[in-house]
Amino acid sequence: MLLIPCPWCGPRNQIEFTYGGDATVQRPGNDAPEAAWEAFVYMRDNPSGPHDELWLHSAGCRSWFKLRRDTRTHDILGSARMGDELGGESP
Amino acid sequence: MTQPHRLPEGGIIDRTRALRFEFDGVQHEGYAGDTLASALLANGVHLVGRSFKYHRPRGIFSAGAEEPNALVQLSPASGARTEPNVKATMQALYDGLIAASQNCWPSVHFDVGAINNVMSCLMPAGFYYKTFMWPPTPKWWLKYEHVIRHAAGMGRAALAPDPDHYEHQYAHCDVLVVGGGLTGLAAAHTAAKAGARVILCDESAAWGGGVGDIGATIDDRPVDRWIADTVRDCARFDDITLLPRTTAFGYYDGNLVGAIERVTDHLSEPPAHTPRQRLWKIRAKSVVLASGAIERGIAYANNDLPGTMLAGAARTYARRYGVRPGTRAVVFTNNDSAYLTALDLHDAGVAIAAVIDARPASQLTRGLHQHARASGLAILPDSAIIGARGGRRVASVDVATLAGGRSTRVDCDLVCVSGGWNPAVHLFSQARGKLRYDEPLATFVPDISPLPILPAGAANGCFDPTAAVMEGRAAGAAAIPGAGMMASPHHSPRTNGVDGTALQPLWAVPATRRTAKRFVDLQNDVTVDDIALAAREGYVSVEHLKRYTTLGMGTDQGKTSNIIGLALMAEQLDLPIPKVGTTTFRPPYTPVTLGAFPGHETAAHVEPTRYSAMHDWHQEHGARFVNAGLWKRPHSYPRPGETEDDAANREARNVRTHVGLVDVSTLGKIELQGRDVAELLNRVYINKWDTLALGRCRYGVMLRDDGLVMDDGTTSRLSATHYLMTTTTVNAVRVMQQLEYLLQAEWRNLDVYATSVTEQWAAAALSGPKAREVLAKVMDIDVSNGAFPFLAVATCHVRTAQGLVPARAFRMSYSGELAYEIHVPADHGRAMWEAIIKAGDDAGIMPYGTEAMSTLRIEKGHVVIGPEADGRTTADDLGMGKLVNPAKWCIGKPLLARPALTAPDRWQLVGLTALDGARMPRAAKIVANPDHALPNPMLGHVTSWCYSPNLDAWIALALLANGRARHGEVLWALSPLANVRVRVKVGPPCFIDPEGARLRV
Repeated sequence: MLLIPCPWCGPRNQIEFTYGGDATVQRPGNDAPEAAWEAFVYMRDNPSGPHDELWLHSAGCRSWFKLRRDTRTHDILGSARMGDELGGESP
Repeated sequence: MTQPHRLPEGGIIDRTRALRFEFDGVQHEGYAGDTLASALLANGVHLVGRSFKYHRPRGIFSAGAEEPNALVQLSPASGARTEPNVKATMQALYDGLIAASQNCWPSVHFDVGAINNVMSCLMPAGFYYKTFMWPPTPKWWLKYEHVIRHAAGMGRAALAPDPDHYEHQYAHCDVLVVGGGLTGLAAAHTAAKAGARVILCDESAAWGGGVGDIGATIDDRPVDRWIADTVRDCARFDDITLLPRTTAFGYYDGNLVGAIERVTDHLSEPPAHTPRQRLWKIRAKSVVLASGAIERGIAYANNDLPGTMLAGAARTYARRYGVRPGTRAVVFTNNDSAYLTALDLHDAGVAIAAVIDARPASQLTRGLHQHARASGLAILPDSAIIGARGGRRVASVDVATLAGGRSTRVDCDLVCVSGGWNPAVHLFSQARGKLRYDEPLATFVPDISPLPILPAGAANGCFDPTAAVMEGRAAGAAAIPGAGMMASPHHSPRTNGVDGTALQPLWAVPATRRTAKRFVDLQNDVTVDDIALAAREGYVSVEHLKRYTTLGMGTDQGKTSNIIGLALMAEQLDLPIPKVGTTTFRPPYTPVTLGAFPGHETAAHVEPTRYSAMHDWHQEHGARFVNAGLWKRPHSYPRPGETEDDAANREARNVRTHVGLVDVSTLGKIELQGRDVAELLNRVYINKWDTLALGRCRYGVMLRDDGLVMDDGTTSRLSATHYLMTTTTVNAVRVMQQLEYLLQAEWRNLDVYATSVTEQWAAAALSGPKAREVLAKVMDIDVSNGAFPFLAVATCHVRTAQGLVPARAFRMSYSGELAYEIHVPADHGRAMWEAIIKAGDDAGIMPYGTEAMSTLRIEKGHVVIGPEADGRTTADDLGMGKLVNPAKWCIGKPLLARPALTAPDRWQLVGLTALDGARMPRAAKIVANPDHALPNPMLGHVTSWCYSPNLDAWIALALLANGRARHGEVLWALSPLANVRVRVKVGPPCFIDPEGARLRV
């Protein structure tokens, strides 16, 4: 079970969190072409290694935040509040 | 005479406390401190079970968790508490214990299944993949499988529900020490003394660990005194938790170690209210792995006869349990450790017929060997057991030199074997630790791990007691937070030069007779020849070898056999052993009772149950409940003599003729506050929101990013900057999560705060032509049509028995009648409900449940998220295309124009009426011709259906290809499952008051 460092509450058990998907995909602008929206909705990388993800501290402070996790090892490489940059090893 | 093989003194047993027990119907006696295995041996019982495949007689092979043979059925006559595959070597003896042997019929002494042994030529490795392949149809294999499964196997699972309970314990520590032998005690003591928060666990009841240390001297003290002193000192530290009878079975992400504590398994009568077992979830900053080592055997012909035992186990029984495991023993070894067994058994009065050593005489000149010779033990160097003889117990062994030549028969009733020791690296490996093949020890030892786990002592390949204590202290010091061990990666510290075993690898003695079986894996009956066969047939990867031969499977997971199998495969392939590698070590280390994993989260405690504030009232008034998500909702309120359907029909009819009240507290409620709420609503709903006036509410539909319908509901404007959004019951969490995501991640500049208030407000919907006259009696505002028109919202009060209660009133309708929703703080929910019921008495008010509510909404064609909006439907499919505001952007809109979402044959919402007085089938597909050859082209399917008491007809909502153009057509609803076909007439998805005139009266 992962020990996830919520940037507001500190390290907490994985069962308090909800996974929210890839944090690197950018929501297109409202006027973006259909192709950009299709890529946003359907296309995801499946990286082997460090991966930036969104998590929600659903049974805690209810904050969304960014987490960098190594998909090979489950090592947690860092977390950041929304709007802040993730530090540590870059994906 | 009882316990004829018990020594007069010595060991950790308490000879003043005799315990009675029964094995296979025979009464025996043992002592407190015994395991079932040691007590059986004290009574001369060696034959305890039959093997998995060949049904060969088997005895007690080990003294610990590695036991492959001595698996027993505990409490066989107890329906609920019987437990199969209990290791006799790990089961503490208690007074009144009853156990029976497994996998034999009619008895362990005469077992019909032993025919398998005679016919074993038909059952080579992987036989079930090749022997039973004719005739080549699955039908026949299923028949064979039935017979095979009956013949093979272990014990019987309990059939009655588990009467015991299990609990979970979360724990945190700086240092978790796994294993309470010398190394673990030294590590725990060192870490605790330095102020670290320590947890020390050991799978056995007593501290002190294995037998490598017996007779040793630590810190100038006899080892037993050292152990007692250290345990006592440890217990004095404030922040140390000692957990005996606790097996650390798995290493998980984030340095979480799972451990299972057997709380009452050693007691005759578990105290009431005590869990049987406790599952520990331990978050450790670092782990010291002092899990010891497991001995392995050597494969020779009939090396499975009862009376054959690992040398270390024989020593354990003699020294720890005061049991003579035989009267005349042969010791067979390739290393020095078994000499300690020979000497200890000799001291215990066991005649040592011979010490058969695979090593040449030139290597047998050290002190230990001379000590053995001086004690009168005959050492046969350069020799091996080529085969054992006996029926249900070993009677003799044939010994020959490894060079070959004539064999000698040596009579014995005990064979003690040692093929070397394997560090228990399981947790280290689970922690992504890399293993290294150690040539001198001829086994895999820990090498390097990226995680803070530090192996020490025998687990690290260090077998000398003094050196192990030093390693333990070093590991304990290094594991303290801030000691630098967390730097990764790190190598385990090794004490060099001392291994104390001086081993010469010997895995299997060459066969002299083709038919004799040389067992590698005793639990799964895997022989040396099976491994050779697997190699010949190309199953050379260790993972394939395991699955093809079943080597290393089962409840012992090959703890005594895996390395032998790998070495033999390496020999077959002419590769060095490290090239062959090991199979993956997966949790659990030893089997864990399934009931321990759910703990208390069983039955009603699997998930929370949510009750509305009016639940008790519903119960008192005869409601039948239905689950809606986690909520309990009234399905209907049957009166005496009424069925649930009758009640629902009565309730639905009453809403259209008089007035009804339904509990809608479960709807999701989200308060939105801030300057930009209207802008947020514009972006998440398909329709336009910046025009919503104060004191008004509006229906809205939300899409997913892919353009399909996600949820629907209403939002009301309570003040300039204060809105209340409602969602469907099932999507309340999802919508809240989505809003939080958008506000926190995507639209951080919007000034909106979202708060879920679902639990805080109780809600009821009052529907029917007489709703206004009822409402007027309880509200403190003017509810006339002029003052409070359709879609009006007011903050007001309800007059209840508790006085005036703050409330919110909404004029909105789900039933299609004149209707209102009233929300009050949850504490006042029941008072509000009772006030309305009382006020409606003259008007003929009835409470109604979800079934009537569903009938009413089907009659009106209102869609539900799930049946109609099933994740594949667009707003246009549901007839709400016009709601999509063309002038503004919203979530999902960019992808709405995709060709697939606008195709002319899309399934669209329609209403169906069953013809010919027929009943609408549930879950029906819609076709044009019911007699069409299969597969019959599907035009759509029924999504919701009911009997409409107001129309006296069976009606349904359906999604139908190009449905809006098919109004008036007659099609067929088919339910092949129920073998029902019904003619249905297609029409608009609204059966009552299509103009909505009743809403506005």
